[in-house]
Amino acid sequence: MEAVHDHSHDHHVPTGIMRYVTTTNHKDIGSMYLWFSFAMFLVGGVMALVIRAELFQPGLQVVEPEFFNQMTTLHGLIMVFGAIMPAFVGFANWQIPMMIGAPDMAFPRMNNWSFWLLPPAGILLMGSLLAPGGAGGVGWTMYAPLTIQQGMGMDMMIFAIHILGMSSIMGSINIITTILNMRAPGMTMMKMPLFVWTWLITAYLLVASMPVLAGAVTMTLTDRHFGTHFFNAAGGGDPVLYQHIFWFFGHPEVYIIAIPAFGVISEVIPTFSRKPLFGYPSMVYATASIAILSFLVWAHHMYTVGMPVEAQLYYMFATMLIAIPTGVKVFNWVATMWKGSMSFETPMLFAQGFLFLFTIGGFTGLVLAVTPIDIQLHDTYYVVAHFHYVMVAGALFAAFAGVYYWLPKWIGKMYDERLGKIHFWLSLIFFNITFFVQHFLGLAGMPRRIPDYALQFADWNMVSSIGAFGFGLSQVFFLYILLKAIRSGEKAPEQPWDGATTLEWTHLPTPAPYHSFETPPDLRN
Amino acid sequence: MTVFTTIQSTLGGSMKSSFGLRALGIIMAFLPTMATAEWNLNFTPSVTLLGEEIHAIHNLVMWIIVGISIVVFGAMFWSILKHRKSVGHKASNFHENTTIEIIWTVIPVVILIAMAFPATRLLLATRDSSASDMTIKATGYQWRWGYEYLDEGLKFYSTLATPRDQIDGGAEKEETYLLEVDNKVVVPVGKKVRILTTSNDVIHAWSVPGLAVKQDAIPGFIRDIAFKAETIGTYRGQCYELCGKEHGFMPIVVEVVSEEDYQTWMQAKLAESGAPSFDPDKEYAVAELVAAGEQVYNANCIACHQEGGLGMPPTFPAIKGGKIATGSMEGHLDIILNGSDKNPMMAAWGPILSDYDIAAVIAYQRNEINSSGDIIQPSEISAARAD
Repeated sequence: MEAVHDHSHDHHVPTGIMRYVTTTNHKDIGSMYLWFSFAMFLVGGVMALVIRAELFQPGLQVVEPEFFNQMTTLHGLIMVFGAIMPAFVGFANWQIPMMIGAPDMAFPRMNNWSFWLLPPAGILLMGSLLAPGGAGGVGWTMYAPLTIQQGMGMDMMIFAIHILGMSSIMGSINIITTILNMRAPGMTMMKMPLFVWTWLITAYLLVASMPVLAGAVTMTLTDRHFGTHFFNAAGGGDPVLYQHIFWFFGHPEVYIIAIPAFGVISEVIPTFSRKPLFGYPSMVYATASIAILSFLVWAHHMYTVGMPVEAQLYYMFATMLIAIPTGVKVFNWVATMWKGSMSFETPMLFAQGFLFLFTIGGFTGLVLAVTPIDIQLHDTYYVVAHFHYVMVAGALFAAFAGVYYWLPKWIGKMYDERLGKIHFWLSLIFFNITFFVQHFLGLAGMPRRIPDYALQFADWNMVSSIGAFGFGLSQVFFLYILLKAIRSGEKAPEQPWDGATTLEWTHLPTPAPYHSFETPPDLRN
Repeated sequence: MTVFTTIQSTLGGSMKSSFGLRALGIIMAFLPTMATAEWNLNFTPSVTLLGEEIHAIHNLVMWIIVGISIVVFGAMFWSILKHRKSVGHKASNFHENTTIEIIWTVIPVVILIAMAFPATRLLLATRDSSASDMTIKATGYQWRWGYEYLDEGLKFYSTLATPRDQIDGGAEKEETYLLEVDNKVVVPVGKKVRILTTSNDVIHAWSVPGLAVKQDAIPGFIRDIAFKAETIGTYRGQCYELCGKEHGFMPIVVEVVSEEDYQTWMQAKLAESGAPSFDPDKEYAVAELVAAGEQVYNANCIACHQEGGLGMPPTFPAIKGGKIATGSMEGHLDIILNGSDKNPMMAAWGPILSDYDIAAVIAYQRNEINSSGDIIQPSEISAARAD
């Protein structure tokens, strides 16, 4: 195959920083998304460590309660909107064109704009800390009417969410258009790699749910400044209305984060099992079912607001239904591994970590689906543990698996396999030290979002804090592994993974040229 | 061990486990707080029948999870061990099997239906607040609870009683650290108590794990929840919905007593609330008001306005040298009685504090924190309220 396709024949390519400001290349934009999300991941991680440092012991030692609330709020918003979502959009940018045989994304200029909206939003989010009164100390869910009491930092956060929403919607439109229109001849929908399918479904979820969030925060904004009373009972509004609107976005959001992770795992497990994905059609249908159900269960986040019991019953049954397609996915992954010929390079290790821990997160989801139990655990650390199993051991581990898996294709160099494995084991162990014990705290009744706690919660909090610092340091180690691979990694072989079957591995050289698939491959046979 | 037993009795007896103790023994040796804490692994034991049923259904779900885990993780680890390249396993090429896919869709459906029946029955039972023996209204404030016994008309406020220096590390923490209040809710044993919840400002949540109840307190709306405690004892809970900076510092304490003790308590409490603890017509001296005002300030104002009235501008303005506390007496009284129009964080204290307490705290702010030198008498505050 030809060597790196030199782009210097294109006379109008700017160099240096302007290359990235003006780029319309899906690979450049994908890289920027990934670096941005990693930077945000470190910022959000430092905030998590401030939280865990304060909770190391009972009493107030490190921060004031107000600042503590700002940390929990920004940690949530930055991790969800700044780290995990952009990370998977980065994967989408890099991989979707290469996996469907397209030369680039459908709207390259809009793609540039989608990315460059993110840094201003990130600056607004972090900058809200410097506003008079600080950032909003309201939790990432931003429940009214607490939001009414906040200072200017709250408005900055609202605008940041508007911008992030625009970015997500543009990115999604681009992804949907690319997938539906730019597949190589012969790549029918049911032949697309599962990663592409999961992103198609996720993009629809984003287009449908982000405007709802924008509506919720805009109503908060007008309640704050323009005399409306959407969420003020004294003016005929209802604070609980906010929660309904927020969670109508918020529950699909959970799957916006999880479904692309499913896609990455569905590529990595077959490759390293050297065996085709088991039950491809049922994977597609299960993913679509999860997406549809995600719009029908939102109020299971609100069992303590005093809904009619009939509504609680409906939400309980609908929530339990999600266990079925989720179970199908887990069974399919295990069946893919069954009687395979598995090897355990770092991507596969993270995929196995994902499979094991995400399933545990699913189990605690089953516990929380039972309404009378959920009411006991609502707003306790059990919920914190549950969603970190889904978000960190789920989405983040899948992102690590994806980075290690595709890094040779992206940069043409190998990471250090030994260091990668160390990164996996450190992450796995410290993750569980941090979050497994939070189940016990929640069962014992420790509320979320408190800067100080009763003495009965002291032991597990200390264990959790120790784990959190270990987990944080392990991610700095990941940065070192990445930089080492980029600077001095061994040259990657043309085909580093012998089990890989998707187009970027079978039809493109390693590293992938700057412009790939300028003429689409013909896959009709 | 005495510490353990005290906590166990106050929390309704918590399970203690030695799991992990040995592994973390080294860490524990260095850390004094560990000595008073516990390694809880499960729910706080409940003293209501419904609470016990909730724990039972939780155990049922956990056993189902154990069963599924054995099958799924068993298959997963079996294939990790046996179907690996390094032991020379050759990959098969199968990628579908309709029969097994139907089986592993149907079995979860059956399990879920089996879970749904007891869950439905229990949910309906927990939400039944009818035929209660008594009703207490719990109102969330930033940051305390107000209670009203609707049948007797008894009203009082319940505020964190843990001293500030225990929080800041200046004093050793007591066993009920952050879970102690000045006025407890007292209810008779074996009676179905209905709690109405609402809020004066933002959303709070009223919950006591030992009684297995949790209900949001929403401004402008009234919700309800009921419990029937079967055992005499003291049960502690907290606010569970983020309600601002002191969210972690507004505990709930419910004391379940015998019917006779309840009646005795109620009579004493009614007598106490009927007769004001101060003389409404007396002219109080500066020193007396300032001394009392310091108590009121430390109980109510210090969380935001800080020690010495330094505040945390701009959200929590300084009282020391502040425009209001050094300005006109009318303006000062107005903002305490009615709250601030400009800053929603400043609550209206008129409904919460007595005339005497307001006079005292104003005296403290104007004579101790600042040096304006003037005071206002409780009688004038009573007159101002009437306007």
